[in-house]
Amino acid sequence: MTSARATFFHYLGRHRLQLLVGVFLAAGSSLAAVVPPRFIGEIIDSLQRPQATFDDVVHLALLIVLFAGLEAVLRAGARYVMLDASRKAEYSMRNDLFAHLQRMHLAYFQHQRIGDLMARMTNDLTWVRQMMGPGIMQGSFTVMLFTFSVLSMISVSGKLTIIALILMPLASLTFWYIGRTVHLRFERLQAQFGDMSTKAQENFSGIRVVKAFSQEDAETKDFAKVNHEYFGRAVSLSAMQGLIWPSISFILGIAVLSVLYVGGQDAIRGELSIGALVQFVAYLYLLQMPMINIGWISNMFQAGWASLGRLQELFNAAPKITDPIDPVTAPIKGEVELRGVSFAYGQTIELHDISFKVPAGGSLAIVGPTGSGKSTVVNLIPRLFDVQQGEVLIDGIDIRRRPLEQLRRAVGYVPQETFLFSVPLRENVGFGLDEKLTDPQLDWAGDVSQLNKDVEDFPARYDTMIGERGVTLSGGQKQRAAIARAVAKDPRILILDDALSAVDTYTEAEILRRMRGVMRERTSIVVAHRISTVKDADEILVLDGGRIVERGSHRELLERGGLYGQMYRRQLLEEELEVDEEREEHEKRVKAQSEEGPRLPMRPRLGEIGGEP
Amino acid sequence: MHGGGGSGRGSFDEDEILGKAYDARLMRRLLGYLRPYRGLVIIALLIILGISVTEAAPPVIAKFIVDSAIAPAVNGQIGIDEGLGRLAPLGLAYIAVLVVSSGLRYAQTMLASYVGQKAMYDLRVQLFAHLQGLSLTFFDRNPVGRLMTRITNDIDALTDMVTQGVVAIFGDIVVIGVIAIVLLVLDLRLALVTFAALPLLIWLTMYFRRIMRDSFRSIRIRLARINAYLNENLSGMAIVQLFTRERASFRQFDDLNTDLLNANRGQIRAMSMFFPAVGFTRAATSAALFVAGGFWILKGEMTIGTLLAFWQLVDRFFQPIGDLAEKYNIMQAAMASSERVFRLLDTKATIVDPPHPRELAHVRGEITFENVSFAYNEGDWVLRDVSFKISAAESVAIVGATGAGKTSIISLISRFYDVQKGRILLDGVDLRDLRQQDVRRHVGVVLQDPFIFAGTVASNIRLNNEAISDQQVRAAATFVNADKFIERLPQRYDTVVTERGSTLSVGQKQLLAFARAIAFNPEILLVLDEATSSVDTETEHLIQDALAKLMVGRTSIIIAHRLSTIQNVDRIIVLHKGRVVEMGTHRDLLAQRGVYHRLYELQYRAHEAESSAKTG
Repeated sequence: MTSARATFFHYLGRHRLQLLVGVFLAAGSSLAAVVPPRFIGEIIDSLQRPQATFDDVVHLALLIVLFAGLEAVLRAGARYVMLDASRKAEYSMRNDLFAHLQRMHLAYFQHQRIGDLMARMTNDLTWVRQMMGPGIMQGSFTVMLFTFSVLSMISVSGKLTIIALILMPLASLTFWYIGRTVHLRFERLQAQFGDMSTKAQENFSGIRVVKAFSQEDAETKDFAKVNHEYFGRAVSLSAMQGLIWPSISFILGIAVLSVLYVGGQDAIRGELSIGALVQFVAYLYLLQMPMINIGWISNMFQAGWASLGRLQELFNAAPKITDPIDPVTAPIKGEVELRGVSFAYGQTIELHDISFKVPAGGSLAIVGPTGSGKSTVVNLIPRLFDVQQGEVLIDGIDIRRRPLEQLRRAVGYVPQETFLFSVPLRENVGFGLDEKLTDPQLDWAGDVSQLNKDVEDFPARYDTMIGERGVTLSGGQKQRAAIARAVAKDPRILILDDALSAVDTYTEAEILRRMRGVMRERTSIVVAHRISTVKDADEILVLDGGRIVERGSHRELLERGGLYGQMYRRQLLEEELEVDEEREEHEKRVKAQSEEGPRLPMRPRLGEIGGEP
Repeated sequence: MHGGGGSGRGSFDEDEILGKAYDARLMRRLLGYLRPYRGLVIIALLIILGISVTEAAPPVIAKFIVDSAIAPAVNGQIGIDEGLGRLAPLGLAYIAVLVVSSGLRYAQTMLASYVGQKAMYDLRVQLFAHLQGLSLTFFDRNPVGRLMTRITNDIDALTDMVTQGVVAIFGDIVVIGVIAIVLLVLDLRLALVTFAALPLLIWLTMYFRRIMRDSFRSIRIRLARINAYLNENLSGMAIVQLFTRERASFRQFDDLNTDLLNANRGQIRAMSMFFPAVGFTRAATSAALFVAGGFWILKGEMTIGTLLAFWQLVDRFFQPIGDLAEKYNIMQAAMASSERVFRLLDTKATIVDPPHPRELAHVRGEITFENVSFAYNEGDWVLRDVSFKISAAESVAIVGATGAGKTSIISLISRFYDVQKGRILLDGVDLRDLRQQDVRRHVGVVLQDPFIFAGTVASNIRLNNEAISDQQVRAAATFVNADKFIERLPQRYDTVVTERGSTLSVGQKQLLAFARAIAFNPEILLVLDEATSSVDTETEHLIQDALAKLMVGRTSIIIAHRLSTIQNVDRIIVLHKGRVVEMGTHRDLLAQRGVYHRLYELQYRAHEAESSAKTG
């Protein structure tokens, strides 16, 4: 656990030299900025003197240009150096956050919503960067420019300085009051924005009910009411925000007038030269920027610090599933055993005292009603979750004693909800491989998963992009791509978590036939709803309410006539309902294919249409 | 393992971000929303003119303070006391200008904000009302989140543009014009010296604006990429970990991040130089003014006050030119938003009322399907050649396996969608010849997910229909057995309920939906009542009883999952893969031993066994 302050200094500390240079450049630039008013004063005074020459004026004007140039160069340098440091800090933070999240356990992502994580890694990171970059930069400029301007003012006239700055506390008080009220009204506006969004969201989600009861007009009236309140609050916010600029220019104007009035009297009495008076007014103008910026900078630091706190929460979250201190690295053969395993998500107990053993190369199937804990059992094997009681053993060794990477490399996993990445299909299949997937590997994985024939239809075959920017796969295609991905890894242990649910029964049979070849050398654990998927497994477990209620081979379980038997009968009925037409459709498709030949490529290639481009 | 592959990344789409900075057609349409407020707009423009004058005044007053009070006194042309005497009225004038200027500024901000907010309020209500009229097909295709963004964030961006962008740009231009005139009047020669710097300043502004626009774009694209990558990898973290891809995925992330860093550094280089360069141009222009002014002052052709007035006015003259460049971002964001909002406004409703609708004086409630075929997506038939007739006051249950097309029948009778082939008749009249509101007034629907609107229990039954009295609300609730649980709620009928975080159980919501349907006393009742597992036995009995009472005396079409319901209806229609395969009473159909018999074995018997186990 580290503090937000430590994190702040850690990331800035990496660029401390750069920041230090930036602060020095800012100081130099501010120092250069207070010089030209002196020359302006001298020009004015020299113009008053009868013996003045044009050369003097030109000489002084060139000095003004020189110092203005110096100021500009130093200022550009300071800006660049400091903003650049903040961007680099942002870059490191983003990388570190990502790397940290990669180490977090699955339960963390289920608990912490993705939207929230995204908001932290985008909005909050931006606020932190704004604080570290523009915030610190403008802060240094403000402090330096204020200091040097006030010192210069004192050097001209202590009395005028007091007159000019006498309004400063008043100004601060005014801005503080306006700022606070703006903040409150802004929050009220935000709250109403939330109400308005909720109203719209509710309406869009419930549009069927709205339409069914002809509530369109009434709903619009309702929305208009919420929206009108939003309008009112927005205007009341503007009423406060609108005060900021006029009051700044008013206060500054009063300061300039007071200086002109009192200084004018001094000048008339001959106590102050006109040039000195002008010089003094020039300093007042230099003060304008810091005055305006103070509120902005304090906002930036408040928001930045709050955001840093939220990022710190991410950094402070500790990964629960980690590598052992003294790992066992013996190669994995594939014997999987659960010994007295119990498991709970939060308060609800998912698994009670589960024990089974699958020898290396053996096969196990798990069936049971929804919510009976089937997925939970297989999630434990690649340590997506750790058991709370009992142990999971591979080759007789507790998996918590193995390096995570070795364990997960040995497991090919096809999850219940398919997740593919928006990269070409080939990369999705080769996702688990360090080196590039070879064509024979791809062909083999595609054949086992029955993906090859679908890929014929894709515009760039296996190089087709998946997702929004490419083709959208059907549920069955996604599942088969996920199977190909797991198989391509050539794992010792293959886990299918209800991975054939969206695949039609005929393709399923084809896949299962090919899988048997693959599975012969591997340990396989299959979770399924369909009896047809599981009936050939060496052992079948029937789970209900997190307990094993039946176990045995297909034949044994049927003879017992328990839950498994019921499932079997129901599925026979379902098949009777479905099968007639499905078979019809399948036969029609096969027939169509044989008549037309291979279905694709039907689309003519570019070169065939218009010759070589 | 959450989410499907690559879904839910809409907000990080590259195409969404880029837009044109200015599009005359969109701008004209947008400004059209200001038309109702043109009086206020004209006042605002006049105020801007006033502000420009007060903006130019203080340096001019300062000139007189120097030229007519201080300088003559210092040079001994007038006495010290006279000099001091002349100082006072000028000081008062200065204060007066300050007060007027601050007042006008404030008034202008308020006017701009009022008009802008009000006009965009109108647009927002218009958009909402427009969406209400769009058909369900539209809502099926557009995720709620996207519509939300349009009606909230996009319109807020437009408000920013109207209140800050348009007005400020106009204000900047007027200020530039007025100050230019003041400069010319004060001294032609110095004015020309000042204008000489203009080309350089404009060139600088344009040059950096172009660089910044390009780098802005490339940064936004890279940011969108990295956020899309991030979103996908966080969503698919389990897969990344299971396939031990952490290192490779981090390397890719680092590549994207480095790319973004480089784009940002490019922008910083340009940004760092812009403001100092503009500042230097101003300082150099002042220096040139002092040289030129000095020359003419030495020749006795100009006063020191005039030179000082120019020195102060230059800043006020250059400021708005630089500001114009900054308005660019607001305009760009707004243009993209307005394009999206207007595209939505231009979406035509696919289901519209006929130009000359038939009137339904008295509805009996006879429903006829004549060879109806229907598909949500072209070619993907959900209903195929469905024909049946339901007489007035008859009760019918529609059964079938999941995906048989049961829900579509309910949606079609409410005319949420139009059929592609055949027709649906209400009392012998094609639904398409009737007003949608007329149809829906006579058709009461209880949907599977009983949606609860934010409001009270009573307002959820009455649904904004003031014609339904409190007494009727209570009677409706009592009739469907909802009164018992409502009476137990803290504020009874006035208890506040919301859809999310609702305190009501699923069963209670269902009873509330029944009360809602019955309060409107429809001739035709459609109930979508598919399996809900989380209803306790007591509520289950209340629902069954209410359903039986509801069906009495009105045409009822029920998609039922309860055996008791299908046993009580007059007729059962069996749908299978979008076709009507069997029709008849429960007893007859069972005797046929066809599809219904199998469905019965599969769905109802099992369910009945379960619930009897629950009760027993």
